[in-house]
Amino acid sequence: MAQNVVSAHNTKWWNGGKSPFNLEYGKLMMWFFLLSDAFTFGAFLISYGTDRFSSNSWPDPNHVFNAFPGAGSANLPLAFVSLMTFILIISSVTMVLAVHAGHNRDKAGVEKWLIWTIIGGLAFLSCQAWEWNHLHHEGAWWGSNPFPNANGTQATTNFTNFFFTITGFHGFHVFSGVIINIVMLLMARANVFAKKGHYLMIEKAGLYWHFVDLVWVFVFLCFYLV
Amino acid sequence: MSNPHNNHYDYTKDVPASAAYPEVSFNPPHDSSNFYSKVKKTTIILSVLTIIELFLGLYIYYLHEGVPSYSWVLFLKGVICILTLAKAYYIVAVFMHLGDEIKNFIMVIVVPLLLFIWFIIAFLQEGNAFKEARNKYDKYQLEMTTDAKKYPAPTAEHEPAKGEMHSEH
Repeated sequence: MAQNVVSAHNTKWWNGGKSPFNLEYGKLMMWFFLLSDAFTFGAFLISYGTDRFSSNSWPDPNHVFNAFPGAGSANLPLAFVSLMTFILIISSVTMVLAVHAGHNRDKAGVEKWLIWTIIGGLAFLSCQAWEWNHLHHEGAWWGSNPFPNANGTQATTNFTNFFFTITGFHGFHVFSGVIINIVMLLMARANVFAKKGHYLMIEKAGLYWHFVDLVWVFVFLCFYLV
Repeated sequence: MSNPHNNHYDYTKDVPASAAYPEVSFNPPHDSSNFYSKVKKTTIILSVLTIIELFLGLYIYYLHEGVPSYSWVLFLKGVICILTLAKAYYIVAVFMHLGDEIKNFIMVIVVPLLLFIWFIIAFLQEGNAFKEARNKYDKYQLEMTTDAKKYPAPTAEHEPAKGEMHSEH
């Protein structure tokens, strides 16, 4: 039998006897889930784009998103969203380090970097909560858009509807990512992965977390930059 | 191996779980020595690309203080889109380790994403066609959304009351 394992290992990818993608099942399924989620987010953002392309004018994001916590009514376009973007990039980096520590079966490293990733995720969620609250106080919500079009005419509520729906859906992903990371941290603490002999679950949580960062890159592009 | 007379030898029993199924990538294909430099490099690239995007965004904001050329703004926005795609590439290839997987699998993920090329072009084109058709047949709507002197936004110059509704008239 042991002989068979060795010979199976030498056959080609699709001859059977080995995993054709060289991937563990759960990781493969996480990738497929993320692929489907990419189309969900893609459909959201493309419908936003379609709506924008079908409008003669649209609110200028630099006039909508120009506030910063503690800065009063100072006009600071792009400042707060840059902070949010960097928080998410850094938390992605700490997640890479957690996954790497998992590869080395380094329990302490996994725990340390997961805690940093969770802190980054919570910081991002706090920023988003502040921004939503701020916009809500300005009168923006689903079905309510106080911001005029860039050309001075009255805008429809499409702008705020898309903004709250898409950033809300993304924020929900961040929130689930933080929950998943907390579960991973508790499982690592409880030696679940040490007993299994591998930290592949951290890799799957990491894939999800990076995907959340990836989506933010496009949300950042569509809502704040262009 | 340890017991050749047993026909039902279970090779998973004598080796650690992580080595029992050697075809699965339990071990990272990259070595630790260049891992940190790779992560560091990618972090710097992502940060620099983001900063360039921010400067371009602020430049567009600055241009809108005057009356910018439409095609120049469109070009700048196109550059920002390309920089975003570059960021996406680095996140997926390095952080998500897709670049370290076998080619078959990379294709399984990347080829379906090519649908986005059609998806984006078709729907943005559709939105634009709708706008043009509407402008052609609905002159009132065209005036409402382009003539700010005749139809100014009621809240353009003052803070709106909280929760004020703005439905179309």
